[in-house]
Amino acid sequence: MMRQAALNWRDRVLDVLSHVPDPEIPVVSVVELGIVRDVQENPPRVVITTTYSGCPATQVIQADIRKALDDAALSEVKIEVALSPPWTSDWITEDGRKKLLAYGIAPPPKGTGAASLKNAQAATCPRCGSIKTREISRFGSTPCKALWQCETCREPFDRFKCH
Amino acid sequence: MTIPTLTSKDAHFDYVLRLGDDALILAQRLGEWCGHAPALETDLSLANIALDLIGQATMFLGYAGELEGKGNDADKLAFHRDVNQFRNCLLVEQPNGDFGRTIARQYIFSTWQYLLYQQLARSTDPRLAEIAAKALKETTYHAELAAEWVVRLGDGTAESHERVKDGFEWCWRFVDELFSVQPLDPSIVTSGVAVDTATLRAAFDSALATTFAEATLPLPKFPRPVLGGRKGHHSEHLGHLLSDMQFLPRAYPDAVW
Repeated sequence: MMRQAALNWRDRVLDVLSHVPDPEIPVVSVVELGIVRDVQENPPRVVITTTYSGCPATQVIQADIRKALDDAALSEVKIEVALSPPWTSDWITEDGRKKLLAYGIAPPPKGTGAASLKNAQAATCPRCGSIKTREISRFGSTPCKALWQCETCREPFDRFKCH
Repeated sequence: MTIPTLTSKDAHFDYVLRLGDDALILAQRLGEWCGHAPALETDLSLANIALDLIGQATMFLGYAGELEGKGNDADKLAFHRDVNQFRNCLLVEQPNGDFGRTIARQYIFSTWQYLLYQQLARSTDPRLAEIAAKALKETTYHAELAAEWVVRLGDGTAESHERVKDGFEWCWRFVDELFSVQPLDPSIVTSGVAVDTATLRAAFDSALATTFAEATLPLPKFPRPVLGGRKGHHSEHLGHLLSDMQFLPRAYPDAVW
C-alpha cells in the first residue's frame, strides 16, 4: 500500500511537471527536455538542472514550475537545482525529439553528448528529411541551438546542439 | 559539504573569485561586440560565448560569496566591488581592438580555460568540480570556434593574416599570467582545490602550435610579460569597463527587473 501511494504521488508530480512548457521551445515540456532530473517524496522536492550555465530561461523555468506546483496544491514541494552530473542533450526523451522535429527543430543526435560539434553527423532537415545539410552558424538564436540549412529544399532551420 | 582543511579560507575565496572574475570581465568585453561584429554569424557567436561566461561567472561568484560569509551574492560581488578588488587576469580586460585581436584573445583564453576546467573538474572541492564539469562543455565550443577563426583569418587574405597576427602579438604579453597561481597560498594547490596552471603550459603550447601551423601564422615572439591582475593591479581599462558595467546597480541600488 505504502509503495503504491508513493508511486501515485510521484506520478502526480511528474504529471504536473509534464504540462510545464519550456519558455523558449513551448512545444516540449521541461520533463521531455530532461530538465527535471528527479522527484523525491521525502522530503518532497523536485530536482532540476540547467541546460546551459547562462541560459536566460533558467529563472523563468523555475518560476513556471513553482507556479504549476502551487496551482496543483503541491506548495510543500521544494525545487532544488543540481549541477552534477551536467545536463546532456542525450536526456531529451524520444517524445521530446519527435516534438522538436515536428516543430521544425532538428533534434540532436544521441550519444554524442560530450563530443564536439565538429565530428557530429549532418542534421536531418525537419522540412524534407534530406541529410544534405550544412551548418551556417554554430551559435544560434538561443544557447541550445545552431543554425543549419538544407541543401535539398534550401530551407534554413534550427538544430538543437549536441551538448 | 566539507571544505578541504589544508586550504586557508581567504585563499580559497580568492581563488574562486579569480575564476568568476575571468569569466565575468571577458563576458562584458564580448558583449561590446553585440550588434557590431563583422557578420551576423560572428555577432551571434560572440554574444553566445558571453552568455555562457556570464552563467559561469554567476556560479563561481555565488559560491565565492558563500565562502566569504558576508552575505554577498553573485550580483553584489559583480557590481559592488572596486577595481582593485577584482582578481581577473589582465588578458580579459583588454579592449576588444579589431576582430583579429578579439579572436586572438578568445583563442588564448578559451584554449587555456578548456585545459583548466578539465583539471578543475577533478578538484577536491566538489562545488568547483561540478561547476567546471558543466562549464567545460560550453568552453569546448568556445575553443573550437576560436580555433576555426584563427585559421580562417590566418590562412585568409593578406589583410586578415596581418590583423590576427597583430592581435596575437598584442595579447601575448598577458599569456604568462595565465600559467601562474601566484600570489596564492600554495596550500590551495597541494590540497587539490586549485589547479596548478603551470602544468597546463605544455598542452597549451602544443594546441597553439597545431592551430598556428594550420593558420600559417608565425609563433609570436615573447615580449616582456605583464602580470598583476591576480593581485588587483589592473590596467587602466578595467576601471572604464566597470564604470559601464556597474553603473545601473550603483546608481539605483534597489532596482529590480
